[in-house]
Amino acid sequence: MTAPLAAPVLRDFLRAARSAGLRVSTAEGLDAIRAAEAVGLADRATLRDALSLVLAKTAEEKRRFEECFALFFGREGFREVPAPPRPAAEGAPEPAAPEGPGAAGGIGGGDMGGGATPSPLGRMLLAGDRAGLAAAMEQAAEAIGLSNISVFTQVNMYARRIMERMGLEELEDEIAALRRDPAGAERAARLELARDYLRGEVRELVQRNLLLFARGETERWREEMLRQARLAGLDRRDAERMRVLVRAIARRLATRYARVRRRDRRGQLDARRTLRRNMAWGGVPFRTVWKQRKVEKPRLFVLCDVSGSVAAVAEFLLLFVYSLHEALSGVRAFAFTSGTIEVSEILEREPIEQAIAQIMGRIGFGSSNYGTSLEDFEKGWMQAVDRRTTVIVLGDGRGNRTEPRVDILQRLAGRAKQVIWLNPEHPASWGSGDSDMLRYAPHCRLVAHCATLAQLERVIGDLLRDHAG
Amino acid sequence: MNDGGMLQRRVASIEAVEAGLGAAGYIASRPIATAIYLAQRLEKPVLVEGPAGVGKTELAKAVARWLGLPLVRMQCYEGLDESKALYEWKYGKQLLYTQILKDRLAPVLGEAASLEQAIERLHGVGDVFFSRHFLEPRPLLRALEAPAGAVLLIDEVDKSDQEFEAFLLELLSDYQVTIPEIGTVRAAVPPLVLLTSNAMRDLGDALKRRCLHLHIGFPDPKLEARIVASRVPEAAAGLRRQIVAFVQGLRRLDLRKLPSVSETIDWAQVLVLLHARELGADLVRETLNVLLKFESDIRAADSQIAPLLFRAREEAATAAA
Ligand SMILES: Nc1ncnc2c1ncn2[C@@H]1O[C@H](COP(=O)(O)OP(=O)(O)OP(=O)(O)O)[C@@H](O)[C@H]1O
Ligand SMILES: [Mg+2]
Repeated sequence: MTAPLAAPVLRDFLRAARSAGLRVSTAEGLDAIRAAEAVGLADRATLRDALSLVLAKTAEEKRRFEECFALFFGREGFREVPAPPRPAAEGAPEPAAPEGPGAAGGIGGGDMGGGATPSPLGRMLLAGDRAGLAAAMEQAAEAIGLSNISVFTQVNMYARRIMERMGLEELEDEIAALRRDPAGAERAARLELARDYLRGEVRELVQRNLLLFARGETERWREEMLRQARLAGLDRRDAERMRVLVRAIARRLATRYARVRRRDRRGQLDARRTLRRNMAWGGVPFRTVWKQRKVEKPRLFVLCDVSGSVAAVAEFLLLFVYSLHEALSGVRAFAFTSGTIEVSEILEREPIEQAIAQIMGRIGFGSSNYGTSLEDFEKGWMQAVDRRTTVIVLGDGRGNRTEPRVDILQRLAGRAKQVIWLNPEHPASWGSGDSDMLRYAPHCRLVAHCATLAQLERVIGDLLRDHAG
Repeated sequence: MNDGGMLQRRVASIEAVEAGLGAAGYIASRPIATAIYLAQRLEKPVLVEGPAGVGKTELAKAVARWLGLPLVRMQCYEGLDESKALYEWKYGKQLLYTQILKDRLAPVLGEAASLEQAIERLHGVGDVFFSRHFLEPRPLLRALEAPAGAVLLIDEVDKSDQEFEAFLLELLSDYQVTIPEIGTVRAAVPPLVLLTSNAMRDLGDALKRRCLHLHIGFPDPKLEARIVASRVPEAAAGLRRQIVAFVQGLRRLDLRKLPSVSETIDWAQVLVLLHARELGADLVRETLNVLLKFESDIRAADSQIAPLLFRAREEAATAAA
C-alpha cells in the first residue's frame, strides 16, 4: 500500500545515503525499500531504525546514516501524510511552518481585486498557500532533476530552473501588468515581496540538495583520483586518505579470495586415499578422505628498496600486504638500500607510519646498491625461500652503476615459486642510464609498472587469484 | 512454509514484538524490536553487535521462548568447521553395521565373476552407508530441519575464522545446504537467525550485507531501570533508580571495562541480598567489585564514589518525580 509512495522518496534517499559515503549495494537498496514498506513511512523514528538496520553496518556508518537521515527527512515541506484536499494542490504535503513573510496567515490575504487574472503561482503566493507552494517546489525540483546537482557553482542555475518551472515568467508578466495599472501597484508590491521570499526558499532547497547529493560525488571522485595518483607524490592529507583506502581495498580482496577458496574446498570422495587410510580397519571406510583441489595461500617475501622516491611506494606496498595477512599464509618483509635488513617484526608491532619511520631510521635514505643488498639477502635469508614462496621485489633497479649481481636474483628465482618485480618508474625509462631493470627482468615471472594504487591492486589481485585456482 | 503463517501472525507489528519479548522476560528497546520484526518480515538474519553483557545472547533466547520455537545455539570458536557445525558421518555406526552385515555382503560379492563386477556391486551397497541413517546433524543442519522452524543463534561469530564465515554466507543466503552424498537440504521453515559479535575482528562486508545490522549499546536510564525491574523485582523502586543512575554515572568515567547490563543486574541482586534500602558510600565501596572487573578501574572509581553517589541520588529523585 505504501510502496508506490515510498519508492521515489526512498530512491532519492538511497542516493543521498550513497553520497554520504555509505556503500549501499543493489540488494541492500531493495532491502531498504522492503523494510520501509514493512514499517511504513508515517513514523519517522521507526523508519530511521528500520533503514539503519539495512543500510549502516558499522559504527561509523551508523553515524553517517543518522546524519544523512536527519538532513534528508528534515526537509521542509516533505510530509508523507497527505493534506486535506485543496483545490490549489491536490494531495499536497501538509504545510510546514517556515519563518518568513508567509508564516503569518498569508502574504497577501485573499484579496483578488484588481484587473489581471492571477497565475496559479501568483494565486498561491497571494493566498499564502504554503502547502501548495511546497508541493509545487518539490514537483519542479523533481522535474528538473535537482538531485543531479554535483557542485556548488550549480546552485544559481538549479534555483533559476526551479523558479522557471514553477511559473516565474508568467508571474513576472503579471507583476509588470499590475505595475502599469495604478490600482494594481499595491498588489504588485506584495507579489514582488512574495516572489523574493519564494526565491529564498528555492535557494535553500537547492543548497540542501547540494549537501545531500553532491558530497558523495566528490568523495567518489577523490577516491578515483587517489587510486590513479602517483604514490610517490602525495601530500600529507592525501597520504592519510590513501592509507584508509589501501586498507579497505586489501580487506575487500582478502574476503573475496577467502570465499573463492572455500567454494573449491568440498570435493569428491577420494576412493584410493580412503582405502589406504582405512587399511587398519580392514578397508572399512572409517575415515573418509575427500579429493581436494590443493589450494594454498600464497607465502610472500617482500623486498623493498627504501631509497629515494621508491620509499613512498614501499610504504603503501607494505601496508597493502600487511592488511592482507588473512589471505596469506605468511609474510616476511625486507628493506634495503645498500644493505638488507628484515623488517617483519617492526611491521607487525607498529602502525605503518611509525614502522616506516623506524625502518628509515635504521637503514636510511642512503644511495642504492642492489648488488650488496642481494648479497646480504642471500647470506641471511636465501635458505628460507622455498618452492611455495613468492618473492616480490619493489625497486627502480637503479644501483648507481654498481655491480647488479643478477646471478643472485637468478638463484633466488630458481628456489622460489616465482619472482615478481614491481617498478615505480615508467617502463619507457627501464634500462636507461643506470637502470639494471632489463638485466633483472628475464629472471622474473612478471615485471610490472607500479606507481599507483590501481596498479598495485591489480598485481596483488592477480597473485591471489592465481592461488585461489 | 505452512507454519510460517502462524509465525507471521505473532510477529504482526513492532508493538507485538515488544510485548511478546516483554512477556518472555526481555525488555527490548524500540530499535531491537524493529530488528526482530524485520528479520521475520524480510527473512533476513540479524547480526547483533555491541559490548559484552548488553543482552545479545539473551535476545535470541527470549525470541525463542516467546515464539515457542526451539533455540539452536552454535557457539563459534577458532577452528570451527563444517563437521562441527553442519554434520558428521557416524563412523562408529557405519563400522558396526558393516561388521554386522558382513554375512549379507559375502554372498553378494561371492557370486561376482570378476573384481570389476564385485566393485560394481559394492558401489550399490556402499550408498547405504552414506544415507540419512548415518548422518549426525550438527546445529546448522538441525536448525534447517526443525519442522516448525527454529531460532538459530550463531554466537560470537567473530571468533570463527574467515573461511567459516564464507561458508555461513552461502547457508544464510538461501537457507539450504548441499550434502554431496545425500543432496540438498532445504529449510521447510527458514529459521530466524541471530548472529552475535563482540567485534573481536572485522566481519566481512559480504556477510554484513546479507544481514540486518543491529547495534545494541548501553541502555538509557529508563530502559535500564525497566530491565532491572524485570530481572530483580525484589529491588524497590527507589533503590533501583539509584542503582541505575550510579551505574550510568560510572559509564561516563574513563575505565578499561565499563559495567554492562549484566553487571547492573548482578549488583542489584547483591544489594537485595544485603537488604539495602538505598545506596551509601560504604555499601558501594564494598560491592564495587561486582560492577568493575579490573583493579585499576576499582581504584579509579573509588575516588569518585562521593560525587557519583551525590549525582545518582539527585537523578534518582528527579526520575521519581
Ligand atoms: N533487555 C534486557 N532484558 C532483560 N535482560 C537483559 C536485557 N539485557 C541484558 N539482560 C541480561 O543481562 C545479562 C547479560 O546478557 P547476555 O549474556 O545476553 O549478554 P551478551 O551481550 O550476549 O554478552 P557477551 O557479549 O558477553 O556474550 C543476562 O543475564 C540477560 O538476562
Ligand atoms: Mg553472549
